[in-house]
Amino acid sequence: MISVGISDWKIVTPPDTLVTYALGSCVGICLYDKMNKIAGLSHIMLPDSQNHETSETGRMKFADTAIPDMLNKMIKMGAIKSTIKAKIAGGAIMFKLANDRFNIGERNVVAVKATLQSLRIPVLAQDTGKDYGRTMIVNATDGSVIIKSANRGAWNL
Amino acid sequence: MKKYEDLKEVHIDVLTEIGNIGSGNASTALCAMTGRDIVISMPEVRFLAFQDAIAHSGNPEQTVAAVLVRLKDEVEGMILLIVEHEFVANILNSFFGEKNVDLLTLNDDEISALTEIGNIMSHSYINAISTLAGLQIGTDTPSFTVDMFGAIMSVPVIEFGEVGEKLLCIDKVIEFDGVKMKSHMLLIPTVKSLKNLFEKLGI
Repeated sequence: MISVGISDWKIVTPPDTLVTYALGSCVGICLYDKMNKIAGLSHIMLPDSQNHETSETGRMKFADTAIPDMLNKMIKMGAIKSTIKAKIAGGAIMFKLANDRFNIGERNVVAVKATLQSLRIPVLAQDTGKDYGRTMIVNATDGSVIIKSANRGAWNL
Repeated sequence: MKKYEDLKEVHIDVLTEIGNIGSGNASTALCAMTGRDIVISMPEVRFLAFQDAIAHSGNPEQTVAAVLVRLKDEVEGMILLIVEHEFVANILNSFFGEKNVDLLTLNDDEISALTEIGNIMSHSYINAISTLAGLQIGTDTPSFTVDMFGAIMSVPVIEFGEVGEKLLCIDKVIEFDGVKMKSHMLLIPTVKSLKNLFEKLGI
């Protein structure tokens, strides 16, 4: 399994699988071209790159820069945009706090969906929000996604 | 000072000393509560790259318990107490005489005991800073969770991720009856609060 770190994205083809561990309020975005069997997985931390300097690695931090960058790279590798579909997971609220001014998890999910919509990529499945961490495993052979949690077991997304 | 990386050696020394006094207070509080022999190590001031902060010696998925206390007023940031199963088992054993502790099935009493411990330890830490620097530091109600280490650490990483690529942690290891347990008490101040702190201290 090829590991995708926080604020990182990677693209693989069969027989490889991608994994990103312990998404908390971060969001994992899997893009998959079923015809050409090209899979990408991005692990974003923050919704919006505006007002931030974005170095090449910095762009991997934000939903609005990481997703288009990964998509472009997939297309360069031979993926066809109209066949690419997304699955997303994460954006949890890890600590329940009174009047939490951050709720970054939800803002991340909203930003990811808005970015995907603007790129016209449909979201096939999602497991977002709530209050638990998630590991996301993507299989490039069939585009299947497995979600693992500490206290809820594992399931197919 | 705009980023944590701008801190100089003298700043690190001061933060270590603050952590040190805070540790002493927190140990005393924990000993008094549990009646056990508890030592909290010399704190280590570390700049963690985000990847390393969540990696946890290669096991970001390890299940841990955590108490988060947010700081407000003149010092903003958070204190995060992260403890592994062994520590929780020892604490609950000294409180309730429990033998078989499972992190994933804690009951309400156990959760409130652990939350309270996190709260008291955080406050003894905060009092040290407050006394030393004469700064007013408020806290929010503590919050408890059990989850993957990486998912818990993503909380400070994200919050401080807007200002840089690294996290400043004042990290301490807790020893329980002579046994080192993987427990971390992280003080994570904002850059602005650090500025405040050093100004007050005339550094």
